[in-house]
Amino acid sequence: MLGNYGKKMAAVTALMATTSMANAADVEVLHWWTSGGEAAALSVLKDNLAAQGIGWNDMPVSGGGGEAAMTTLRARVTAGNAPTAVQMLGFDIQDWAAEDALGNLDDVAAAEGWDAVVPEALQAFSKYDGHWIAAPVNVHSTNWVWANKAILDGLGIAQPTTWDEFVAAMQAVKDSGKVALAHGGQAWQEATMFDGVVISAGGPDFYKKAFIDLDADALSSDTMVEAFRRMETLRSFADDNFSGRDWNLASAMVINGEAAFQLMGDWAKGEFLNAGKVPGQDFLCFRIPGSEGSVTFNSDQFAMFKVASDEARAAQGTMASDIMSPEFQIAFNKVKGSVPARTDVDGSALDACGQKGMAEMAAAAANGTFIGSMAHGHANRAAVKNAIYDVVTAHFNGEYDAEAAAEELANAVDAAK
Amino acid sequence: MAKSATGTDFRTLLQDWIPKLVLSPSVAAMVVFVYGFIAFTFYLSFTDSKMLPSYDWVGLENYVRLWGLSHWWTAIGNLAIFATLYIVICTIIGLTLAILLDQKIRGEGMLRPIYLYPMALSFIVTGTAWKWFLDPGIGLENTMHLWGWESFKFGWIKDRDFAIYTIVIAAVWQTSGFVMAMFLAGLRGIDNEILKAAQIDGASNWNLYRRIVIPLLRPAFLSAIVILAHLAVKSYDLVVALTGGGPGRATELPATFMYSYTFTRNSMGIGAASAVIMLMTIAAIMTPYLYAELKEKK
Repeated sequence: MLGNYGKKMAAVTALMATTSMANAADVEVLHWWTSGGEAAALSVLKDNLAAQGIGWNDMPVSGGGGEAAMTTLRARVTAGNAPTAVQMLGFDIQDWAAEDALGNLDDVAAAEGWDAVVPEALQAFSKYDGHWIAAPVNVHSTNWVWANKAILDGLGIAQPTTWDEFVAAMQAVKDSGKVALAHGGQAWQEATMFDGVVISAGGPDFYKKAFIDLDADALSSDTMVEAFRRMETLRSFADDNFSGRDWNLASAMVINGEAAFQLMGDWAKGEFLNAGKVPGQDFLCFRIPGSEGSVTFNSDQFAMFKVASDEARAAQGTMASDIMSPEFQIAFNKVKGSVPARTDVDGSALDACGQKGMAEMAAAAANGTFIGSMAHGHANRAAVKNAIYDVVTAHFNGEYDAEAAAEELANAVDAAK
Repeated sequence: MAKSATGTDFRTLLQDWIPKLVLSPSVAAMVVFVYGFIAFTFYLSFTDSKMLPSYDWVGLENYVRLWGLSHWWTAIGNLAIFATLYIVICTIIGLTLAILLDQKIRGEGMLRPIYLYPMALSFIVTGTAWKWFLDPGIGLENTMHLWGWESFKFGWIKDRDFAIYTIVIAAVWQTSGFVMAMFLAGLRGIDNEILKAAQIDGASNWNLYRRIVIPLLRPAFLSAIVILAHLAVKSYDLVVALTGGGPGRATELPATFMYSYTFTRNSMGIGAASAVIMLMTIAAIMTPYLYAELKEKK
């Protein structure tokens, strides 16, 4: 019945069908982990999935705070071609869930008991309407200081415990001819420093009032003016070339002994570890003086988008399960510099700073001082976050003085709400 | 007789219809993708779109918010400074180079492409190259220090007040050659008889240029200004590559503002409103020009 031609067409169609079946179990992952330490950490997940027969289509879009990646994501979703899994922070996940673009991980979550092991403050971002929509990979904290131990020892400076000691230490470094503060002049980096500085000026309750409740009085208060003054002090200790510098280049300045301190989240630790430095011996990690006891966190989560085919959904479920497995949590966070998102993981494989981070996170969660980071989208929505970025970076670059900045902050947040 | 009449009719009919047929796909595409989407953006500017387009009408609220943002005023101010300096300096440099090149010098064939080369670069390449050149730590200032001139200072690109002028420098470098080419074409089109007649009447070189050549170049001036103006308003890639918005936000332009509000800050309504304002600015420049051109044709 089928001639030669018909038989050929049938064979070709059958072949095409099988190849499309084989490709269905791939995951396409959009992320911005492009620096050395971060890429090494992600390849742990890549290898795990490869061992389970799931292919990995990498889609990296660089840009430290993830802005370019989020723009690319919007274009992909609007085109109807959403990636399988996307690295996302905080409120962005909630925004996308509100647009009904995310899938559902309830089955995997129930089977593995995620509700019991993930801290409440974190679940607020992984769940929407009570349904699991994202798998948290790690918990980063933003109010850290990273210090080059050799420089401090050489000048006889002890690890500062109060803000004034910290300023004195930076002054001593500056006087010795080295750069006191390694800073990268990008809006998100200044905001990252601002997280810890606001807590050091006003405490965790002030931080919550200002950035989570968005209370106008708190935003324009004298405490906020003090926070801006402290930012001016930090500005005076940065070198002249900071504008536009990437965060990992600033970390490199501390690693190489050109600068003494960097105020950055604990993803900077990944850079130090990647360069072969040992915590406690080559570098010190401590909270921004004045913010001890509080942990401003941001958590990278892989949000699973709605996909059409069952194979793709199954692959997503496998990926989510892999992400939350204790073995992966330890292996990934060891390389990345962050702390596991599960509280029941044994932290002895992490380095000294990582164990410190885990302990402080547990203590802060118990105390109610485990707060979302404003600079990384865990305290308010993108429009408000960017309005705050504007004011902080404009002030840091000298456009306002401290009083004007606090007033402008209240106005900007009000206009962006 | 009848047959040839029908034959002529058919051919004329075809001659009338084939151009319209061939052009209609492009026209259709343009109507939909350019004007259709302009209308869509115009509509979006009256809605409460945040991250993705929404269709709930909110009236002029986005425009009110837009004009209340100091960020927008910074962008508009920067555009005024940038556009004015860019157009004026490019025109002066372009005209000067064109007049000098027109003096029948020996190396003209070689010099002309050299001046035009910068135009072949994309604005991203220009921006990145000038960013490195103007960086005080690794660029011009550092080189002068290494050559012994210790007190040389040129940190404009890191300075809030002067960063916008570095964008002017890079943009002028890129486009002056193009303006020169336009003026050169205009100069070549001037009738030699007029110039000879003026010289016989005893006009000095300076008077020759001032009173005869430059007025005759009016069309070239108009074209240059219109092109430069629209390039200035749509400047995005140069700013992003050169300063990334500047120290803080000192070099924001309306184009970078629109992009950041629409995509990064999930405020599509305000971004659309700013895009409509940009369109109205360009229309304000183009409409008189078009009117003048069409009037002349009549």
